[in-house]
Amino acid sequence: MNLTQFFSQHASEILQATLEHVWLVGATMLLAVAIGVPLGIIVARKPWLSKPILGSANVAETIPSLALLGFLLPVPWLGDRADRLTITALTLYALLPIIRNTAAGISGVDPAVREAARGMGLTGRQILFQVELPLSISTILAGVRVATVLTIGIATIAAAVGAGGLGEFIFRGLAMVNDQLILAGAIPAAILALGADFILSIMERVMRPAR
Amino acid sequence: MSDAANSEASGEIVIEFRGAGYHLPDGQALLSNISFTARRGETLVLLGRSGAGKTTALRLINRLADPSEGEVLIEGRKTVEWDPIALRRHIGYVIQETGLFPHYTVEKNVSLVPRLAGWPELRVRTRAQELLALVGLDPGIFLKRYPHELSGGQRQRVGVARALAADPPILLMDEPFGALDPLTRAEIRAEFQALQKRLRKTIVVVTHDTSEALLLGTRIALLEAGDLKGLYSPREFLHSNEPAAAAYAAQLHTLEEFERER
Repeated sequence: MNLTQFFSQHASEILQATLEHVWLVGATMLLAVAIGVPLGIIVARKPWLSKPILGSANVAETIPSLALLGFLLPVPWLGDRADRLTITALTLYALLPIIRNTAAGISGVDPAVREAARGMGLTGRQILFQVELPLSISTILAGVRVATVLTIGIATIAAAVGAGGLGEFIFRGLAMVNDQLILAGAIPAAILALGADFILSIMERVMRPAR
Repeated sequence: MSDAANSEASGEIVIEFRGAGYHLPDGQALLSNISFTARRGETLVLLGRSGAGKTTALRLINRLADPSEGEVLIEGRKTVEWDPIALRRHIGYVIQETGLFPHYTVEKNVSLVPRLAGWPELRVRTRAQELLALVGLDPGIFLKRYPHELSGGQRQRVGVARALAADPPILLMDEPFGALDPLTRAEIRAEFQALQKRLRKTIVVVTHDTSEALLLGTRIALLEAGDLKGLYSPREFLHSNEPAAAAYAAQLHTLEEFERER
């Protein structure tokens, strides 16, 4: 049986796993952006908090993914459901690039522009939402793009704790020494990663403020 | 400080420095014990070299910094008693590099403050057109452009238009014509003088250019290393015997002599 036949025969299963994968990655990215962007803003605004925040995100990044899932398993509410557990672990990985790029984007805003905004009587909040965030949006999106591609890859590990996704095929294929099964997980995952990269890079370009 | 210089303007006092100074956290004084007043409708020029404390003095006026000693009063009220946001909306601010928002069109740049102040949409739009016309830019051409599509001189005009947007009674300008080539600068300067004749704002201009100070100022405050060396009318400044002022005047005389000898 060749690969094409295999894919067409198992199309619905592969689609199912792909959707699970997309859900895991999507939920992770929403959470990571919701946490990472505010943290990045804090890093840019409060230099004394930047070391502890970036340091912690860095440490999370260095823990091997399988081990991280293992560490989180005994945590009461998290360990109850596999997808909860996975999304938490993935979010921890996704944070660093988002925090770093948000901070870089905001610190990179031309001081003259910020000074003008203050001098015009914009409040701190108005400066953030009308000036700083719009001007750093493409840098932030670049961080989101890196984090998304990273997460799509790491999310295959989720199958190890039974959270589903494309990793299912890969783990099964490894256990059964079946290349086709492995590819049934790996190829859609690669396509997802490339697609996300492509779409986000377009968004990044569109949002980049003209200079 | 001479009496003639003080009596020249007759409006009420709008800006008053009372022994005001500003120190960095490490104790270095950027400005110390400055006292002067600016009356309604006058153009006060803060003249001095880089690092003389001119910009710091401006920042004390719109509360981008609070004085570490003495006080600054705007319309009779100490700046520290003003709500900083309300104070800044009361004062137009034009900075050196214009600080236009690169992600906003000229129209959005110019109308941001009126919009934040809650003006009705129609009035905001009319105002934007009015302002561009006021600074000599065709609204039909320029409203939809982005700052990077403008020349330096055009950007500077938009900067002035933006500062005037909500019709503030006070205008602060930090080296507003500094980044322009000499011809454009002369042109915009002349337009600015005509504009000031019509608007009668209280204006504080920072510059290091002597001829600019003489042309624009109704009075000149000479700053050196954070100290106020004197307040002069342009005429007094030119003929002053005080060494600090004479140095600037001498530089101008040199130019004149050069021209005569050629």
